[in-house]
Parts: sequence; C-alpha cells; structure tokens
Amino acid sequence: MTTQRTQPDLLYSEEEEALRAAVRDLLTDRCDAAGVIARTESDAPHDVALWKALATGMGLAGLLVPEALGGQGATHREVAVVLEELGRAVAPVPYLTSAVLATEALLACGTDDLLAELASGASIGALAVGLHTAPGAAFTTVRLENGTLHGELTGIADAAVADLLLVPADDGGLYAVTASAVTVTPQVALDLTRPLATVTLDGAPGRRLGAAEPAVRRALRAGAGLLASEQLGIAEGVLTETVRYLKERKQFNRPVGGFQALKHRLAQLWLEVVNLRAAARAAADALSTTQDADLAVAVAQAYAAPVAVHAAEEALQLHAGIGMTWEHPIHLSLKRAKADSIALGTAGAHRAALAELVDLQAP
Amino acid sequence: MTDTAELQRRTAELLAAHPPTTTDRLDFLRARFDAGLAWVHYPEGLGGLGAPRSLQAVVDAALEAVGAPDNDPRRIGIGLGMAAPTILRYGTEEQKRRFLRPLWTGEEVWCQLFSEPGAGSDLAALGTRAVREGEDWVVNGQKVWTSSAHVARWAILIARTDPDVPKHAGITYFICDMTDPGVEVRPLRQITGEAEFNEVFLTDVRIPDARRLGEIGDGWRVAQTTLNNERVAIGGMRLPREGGMIGPVAKTWRERPELRTHELHQRLLKLWVEAEVARLTGERLRQQLTVGQPGPEGAGMKLGFARLNQEISGLEVELLGEEGLLYEDWTMRRPELVDFVGRDAGYRYLRAKGNSIEGGTSEILLNIVAERVLGLPAEPRTDKDVAWKDLAR
Repeated sequence: MTTQRTQPDLLYSEEEEALRAAVRDLLTDRCDAAGVIARTESDAPHDVALWKALATGMGLAGLLVPEALGGQGATHREVAVVLEELGRAVAPVPYLTSAVLATEALLACGTDDLLAELASGASIGALAVGLHTAPGAAFTTVRLENGTLHGELTGIADAAVADLLLVPADDGGLYAVTASAVTVTPQVALDLTRPLATVTLDGAPGRRLGAAEPAVRRALRAGAGLLASEQLGIAEGVLTETVRYLKERKQFNRPVGGFQALKHRLAQLWLEVVNLRAAARAAADALSTTQDADLAVAVAQAYAAPVAVHAAEEALQLHAGIGMTWEHPIHLSLKRAKADSIALGTAGAHRAALAELVDLQAP
Repeated sequence: MTDTAELQRRTAELLAAHPPTTTDRLDFLRARFDAGLAWVHYPEGLGGLGAPRSLQAVVDAALEAVGAPDNDPRRIGIGLGMAAPTILRYGTEEQKRRFLRPLWTGEEVWCQLFSEPGAGSDLAALGTRAVREGEDWVVNGQKVWTSSAHVARWAILIARTDPDVPKHAGITYFICDMTDPGVEVRPLRQITGEAEFNEVFLTDVRIPDARRLGEIGDGWRVAQTTLNNERVAIGGMRLPREGGMIGPVAKTWRERPELRTHELHQRLLKLWVEAEVARLTGERLRQQLTVGQPGPEGAGMKLGFARLNQEISGLEVELLGEEGLLYEDWTMRRPELVDFVGRDAGYRYLRAKGNSIEGGTSEILLNIVAERVLGLPAEPRTDKDVAWKDLAR
C-alpha cells in the first residue's frame, strides 16, 4: 500500500538546518558585501573560488544527482536551503543555473556522464534558454544544419563561466555544446551578480542528449519552484538587516525603529516573509515528492516575487539616503529581487498557469 | 507514562463502561471528563492525564470513529479557549474543581467581560469598579462586545480595584455569576443587522472574594493568559484548500461564466494565491506546534486572516454584480454562535470588517509583532506612571 501524505512537510529537518549553518558560515567568511560589489565591476563578476568551495569542497553541486553518479542523492528540500543562503548573501555563483537548471535537464535526458561532471563541480553547466522563460512557455532554438548548430541565444544566465551549454535546436533535440565551440558575449544585466550573456553558435558541433521540450520544462519547473527559496533568502536577509539598522539609527533623539509608522511596515514585511517561507517550503517539498508539484510551484512563484521586491524596496526606503549609495549592499538585493521577479516566469505568468490548474478560467 | 497505547486502552475502557448508543449525552461527557480524556494535557482529576497535548488527537479519533457525542466546542469556545486556561493557571484547587468540569461538558456556558465603551485597544484603562465590602466585591460598570452573554452562566471579568495606582496595577480578575440580579444583558445590533454581541450593564453585582482569580491587583497579568489564547483560537483553524472565504467566490466563478471580467480575474487569482499561502502558513505553524517548536508565526496569523477575509468578501460582492446590490435579510436576530460565513456575500463582507477589530485590532497586533518578534522599541509612554484616576479621558 502506498501512503500519500495529505500535507507537505513544511519544516526544516535537523540535517537541513546543519546544511544551512555550514553554507552560512562559508558565505560569512568568503562572500562579504564589499567584495561582491567590487567584483561586479571587475573582469570576473563570478566568484569561481567560492563556487569551487561550495560545489567541490562541500559537494553541493551534486545534491540532486544520484549517489551512483557521484552526487549526494539528496532532494529539492536541501537545494532550497542552499538557495535561501545564497539569496541572503546575493552570492555571485552559478548554483541555480548549474546545480538546478542544467542538472535537471540532464536528469530528464538521463545523461549520466555529464551529470557526473556537473555533480563533482568539475564542470559548470548552463541551460541555454533565456532566464525570463516560464515553465511551459515557448523558448528560442538554434538551427541544426548539416550536423552543426547555428544561431543566437540571448539572456543566458551565467553562460560566461559555463563549460557546458545545453542548447535546444529546431529539430526538437537538446544538444550538449562545449563552451569553447561558441562565442559568449556578456550583456549588461540589471542583476550584476547573475550575469547574462548572448551565446552565438556558428557551426558548433553538438551531442544530442534527448528531446528538448520535456527536459526544458522539467528544468524550468524545478528552477521556478526553488527560486522561491532564493527569494525567501533575499527577503529575510534585507528584513533582518533593516530591523537591525533601525534599532541603531537615531533621529529626533530616538531610535528610528521606535516610530509606529515604520514599525508597522516592518511587521507587515515580516508577515509576508513568514508566508513566503511556507509557500517556498511547500514548493520544495512538492518537487521532492513530485506530488502536486505544478500547483505548488505556481503558487510559490506567484507569491514570492512581489514579496522579495517589496522587501528590498522597503529596505532601501527605510535605510533612506545610505540605501541609495553604491557602497551600501541593499542595491545588490534590490537588483537580484527585481531580476528574479522576471526570471523563470513573472508572478502573472504563474497566476495564468494556476488559472488552468485550479480551473479558474479567464473570461 | 501516558502514551498512544495507554490512551487507546483508556478510551476503549470508557466506551465499554459507557456505550455512547445507550448512554445519555451529558452522562457520557461527564464520564469522559472523569476518565481524564477530555483534554489529556490537563492534570489528572481535572479532565486530563498530564499527557502531551498532541496526543489528544488519539482520543478524538477513537471517539469520532464510533460516533460518540462531543461537547460541541463551537458553542463553548470562550469557556474552552479562554476561561479554562486562565482558571487552570491561576485558579485555586477549589475553583478548578468547581468550574472546569461543567465548563468542558458545556453544561455551563462562559462569556468574557473585558472590553468597555471607553477601553478598547487600551483595555488596561478600563473603568468598571470593584469595591470590597466584607467578604464580597461590589461591581459597577458597563462592558461591551460580549458574545454569548445572553446564554452564559458565568463570565470572566476584569475590574478596577484600585484607581490610585497606574492603570495596569489596579486591576483584579473575577469570575462573575451572570444570574446575579445586578447583571443586565442587552443585545448590541451590528452592521450585519444581527446582534451576535451584547452590552452588559453591571449594577451593584456582588462577587464573593472566593471567586477572585489570582491576586488583588494582578488582574492584568492574569488576563494575558486569556488574551493570548484568544488570538491562537481566532487565527488557528485548520482548513482544506479553498476551505475559507475563497471557497464561495471560486465556486461562483466556476459556475457562472457570465459574471467573469478580466479585472476580476486578476484580483481573484491574486487572492486565491494569498489564501492558499495563508493556509500553508497555518499548516506550518501546526507542524511546528506538533514537534514542540512553537514559532512566533502565530502572532501574525490573525492579521493575515483578517485582511484576506475582507478583500475576498469585497471581491465576492463585486463579482455578483447586480445581485451584489441586494442583501438577504436585515432582520434583527440573536444568533448563539459567531458566524463569519453567514448566508450571503453581503453578510460575509460586512461581518469580515470585524475581523481586524475583534481580539485585538490589526494596528495593535502589528505593534506586538514589531516589539515582541522583531524587538523594535516601544513608543514613548505617557501613561505608565500616572494613577488611573488621573488619566486623560
């Protein structure tokens, strides 16, 4: 007899809390805001050393990959905890792209050798689909001509550090293409910590892995559901920092955080973060059990983006002048939150998906 | 140790000795109380066994399975949710033995005499006076927003016993006999047309000192137990998906495509998502309680629930269009139960307005979240060191 749980497990296990503590320790040591800000304007916006520490040192690149392929055989629940911490620190590492999006696409295709490479952290993968694409939405393909790939793909997150690109082609296949066979041109992105690039293929050789449509759909669904945890991390991080600052900042001979007009705004934000935590946990749990996952992901994404953006915008306003400076890290969170509100489908796109899923049809 | 097996054994014993099919309802409930199966986390002899609260579900499930009668908790919510925990914590042994059993079985209904016309959010400013005369206290004043007062046998009451000290220090907590000739209950009609609540006028009501709960002047602290339990009760109901106010709106949307507009569709989907997320938050809170890690999340449940109910019921009235112009019936009624759902969308819309007022206004709850959860400083106070009699009014 199979027993189906009627309610998702919305808590964090002891192991998940231990994982969180380990990731947070590493980020506290290796990912301070000043360093991230300085890096955004350097030639190497990605922190590859930090990525190695997370991916290889801690083995987190392979959480979703079975142990037999060198992964950890963990679930989306653990990945969600890692993403909460990466969101909180606005860490410039290709975790969502390589360990979630590319990994899920390879899992769909059953490409064991490449999964093993990504899981070990030896290679960074990127799904060559525009970051704005919602699960189930149409995506751009390249042309397959005489056995090689031709075309241009824009808005590809973290392509600049990818070793391996997973490229959908017009024959319906998903192709593995090595980065050295394509031209990657950085775009100027709103979110400086998740750089975007144009990928140009001019007769690039590729290895056909399987059908693109189901692989891309699976990858984008998992990515969207887990992005809610990154958004939770952003929102909780800026709320915590703003509360701390407003207890310390004094005007009119009082801590600014004692004024009721501001306290109410912070309390409202706290409520939104509490709600987002439940929605993000539900999505991560649903992805790990594949029970009701489409619905849980759509609910989490329809809720998460407005909360993360609201939290970052309020944080800036409540920090006031200092929050408007390049030096203060609030803008990193704001830019990430705003970019995340478009990434993997807007809240509106996910509400439209929900209308179908729960039969609340448009007029 | 009281574990699941032990509770199942005791429940089976109760059912064998008092078969529900052949036992009078009240006799069964009394026997259940005496067997310690009423609320298993209460002490032995007071309806419980000192067991973990989470094990109550074992007893409830076993009794429900055989169709045993329950104590109709909706009818006696104030007694179960507010009076009982306060009596348990602050009552004398004699008070606990006298009051808890008929409270739990529902033989005696309880109401709450806290709010006054001049003391709402600032409840500690209340002016109902209790003056000591020999072994009695003589109480005079007016209370308001009292649900169940017209059916209640007893009330939990807070009154001012010392006007010469700051407001929080001069309050004492009593158990008031609602059959005392000085107690007059008048229905208070509300915007729905009904009178769910009452005004209660207290004129020379005599309360023996033996019905004081806690120390003289300690009533504010005692009342915190009552109020904290009230908020848990208001925000903590378990619901299935679409189980709350969103249910009737979604049903109307599905059944009546002619009412749909694009603008309403966007608002409906947004509120549907928020209702589902609020449901998940409630579920997460329950899971935290089950594993014995209550989080501060409970403080926010009522806030979210109030706003959602108001927005959803407002949308429902608009969705109905021409029908939204109508209201089923304004006849003054005096229902025994609080009812948020009622008969039609208009009722739901109007009743939901109370959700952000009753049990602590949303503004006060936001202060509580800001100060107790986020640790933000309190506003400067001008009332803390002033005698109650000298406060502005």
